Amino acid sequence: MRPFEYHRAGSVADATTHAASGAARFIAGGTNLLDLMKLDIERPERLIDISRLPLDAIEENEDGGLRIGALVSNADLAADLRVRRDHGVLSRALLSGASGQLRNKATTAGNLLQRTRCYYFYNPALPCNKREPGSGCSAIGGRNRIHAILGGSAQCIATHPSDMAVAMMALSAEVEVMSAGGEGRRLPLAELYRLPGDTPHIETVLNPGDLITAVLLPAPLKGRHIYRKVRDRASYAFALVSVAAVIKMDGATIGAARLAFGGLAPMPWRDRAVEDVLIGQSPSSALWNKAADRLLAEAKGYGENDFKSVLVRKTLASVLSDASVREI
Amino acid sequence: MHITLSINGKDHELDLDPRTSVLDALRDHLDLIGTKKGCDHGQCGACTVLVNGRRINSCLTLAVMHEGDAITTIEGLGTPEALSPLQAAFVAHDGFQCGYCTPGQICSATGMLEEMRAGWPSHVSEDLLAAPDLSDAEISERMSGNLCRCSAYTNIVAAITEVAEARDEAV
Ligand SMILES: Cc1cc2nc3c(=O)[nH]c(=O)nc-3n(C[C@H](O)[C@H](O)[C@H](O)COP(=O)(O)OP(=O)(O)OC[C@H]3O[C@@H](n4cnc5c(N)ncnc54)[C@H](O)[C@@H]3O)c2cc1C
Ligand code: SF4
Ligand code: FES
Ligand code: FES
Repeated sequence: MRPFEYHRAGSVADATTHAASGAARFIAGGTNLLDLMKLDIERPERLIDISRLPLDAIEENEDGGLRIGALVSNADLAADLRVRRDHGVLSRALLSGASGQLRNKATTAGNLLQRTRCYYFYNPALPCNKREPGSGCSAIGGRNRIHAILGGSAQCIATHPSDMAVAMMALSAEVEVMSAGGEGRRLPLAELYRLPGDTPHIETVLNPGDLITAVLLPAPLKGRHIYRKVRDRASYAFALVSVAAVIKMDGATIGAARLAFGGLAPMPWRDRAVEDVLIGQSPSSALWNKAADRLLAEAKGYGENDFKSVLVRKTLASVLSDASVREI
Repeated sequence: MHITLSINGKDHELDLDPRTSVLDALRDHLDLIGTKKGCDHGQCGACTVLVNGRRINSCLTLAVMHEGDAITTIEGLGTPEALSPLQAAFVAHDGFQCGYCTPGQICSATGMLEEMRAGWPSHVSEDLLAAPDLSDAEISERMSGNLCRCSAYTNIVAAITEVAEARDEAV
């Protein structure tokens, strides 16, 4: 690992100021950053330790939603009684990710900003536009079983690996950010991420020094919450495909539907047009197929990952059947 | 950097390169070699220790980030003369073959049983709000962050179950 200067942040302002210049990185749980630093993929010259900042509370908002501090661990968030009761899809997504040890250390903001598990991104011996802009993409025309079928570009087809972010996307979460200049802002989670386009090394809209301070969840959505993750082994593995769903029935028809997908795209994927297909309709396998057709209208396989179209169609159908049982 | 780490109830003063992981601090600087290095990337669980009672992978965290925290390693859980209940149960149930993953398994199980006692659900829990039951499926899921190359899993689950049941009876 390359040497770096270590700074323990004493306050949010201290953290953002120190991170604004040079090749600085915040370190929270460290479970993704240190992994990548050991492999010389992340090369910060300065580490700003934010782990002691008072951003580890889960609070109720006036609107009935929750404000989740950026440093709340994945384990604490999954175990929070309010999250288990009111935002079940989020608990489920968190519990399906990583391991007990990792969830104790991993933080909310760190999880959102974790980087792809593309094999070539992890292998400095081979070209990768995300790691080394302009060097080429080894996954296109190479091994791409775990790669994106939606939202990719000719420069990069890496997927975003988070489970938690998929559930938060379905829940219409927002992100609270503090800039180095001391200005706070709020943006929908969907607007935090950028698709790769010609600049796959730029993954979010955050500026140098920007610190995520919290994630905001709106008031509980009620309805049935499901997170289904399909992977190569039953535990401790990343998703090949995952579906987060919140479905509210209105008698015999679907009253409200929120859907987000993991493993398909460079960011947790939500497409309102898919939800619109379902609203006001009666559950049927024909309807599930119509929703999948909409989702996959612009899907593009790269060979090894062609199976994801079929897999997500089946996973979506099984989730929707389970979620759309008429409430008695 | 000059730092003080509290390990197994004792303070240790150390001069460390900021790059040093908790795992390397334990093994290379303090001669506490019970904690094992398997993958060094968070994938195997051999390096599991407890920090303030919570199980974590010591390979993926920096020593300089843990000043003031209470770190417990396998050496702090028990001694050959006075084994912890889980250590004794692993011996009684043959919960290992080569033993390389064992310190991590036992530290992890120690933290895991506290998580169950606190009522945390897992990926295989049917009901997110119910108290978790002590099934093999629950224990295996909760221990999936600890790999065992010798595949002693069946006996590991048996050892953990015995301790958890004894604890439940005592309550
Ligand atoms: C073996 C293994 C298996 C895993 N399996 C899964 C899985 O199945 N599903 C899954 O979803 N994840 C999985 N993970 C990934 C894990 O969830 C992430 O590593 C973790 O969530 C990252 O959080 P952290 O706090 O440790 O981040 P860090 O490593 O500390 O930081 C990650 C990035 O976020 C930035 N950052 C952190 N906090 C802030 C902030 N407040 N503001 C701005 N920037 C910030 C850092 O600068 C860094 O760039 C796995 C990881 C490992 C090692
Ligand atoms: S898919 Fe993206 S991350 Fe993977 S090799 Fe191509 S450019 Fe790199
Ligand atoms: S050595 Fe830390 S998880 Fe493998
Ligand atoms: S006993 Fe050999 S690795 Fe587990």
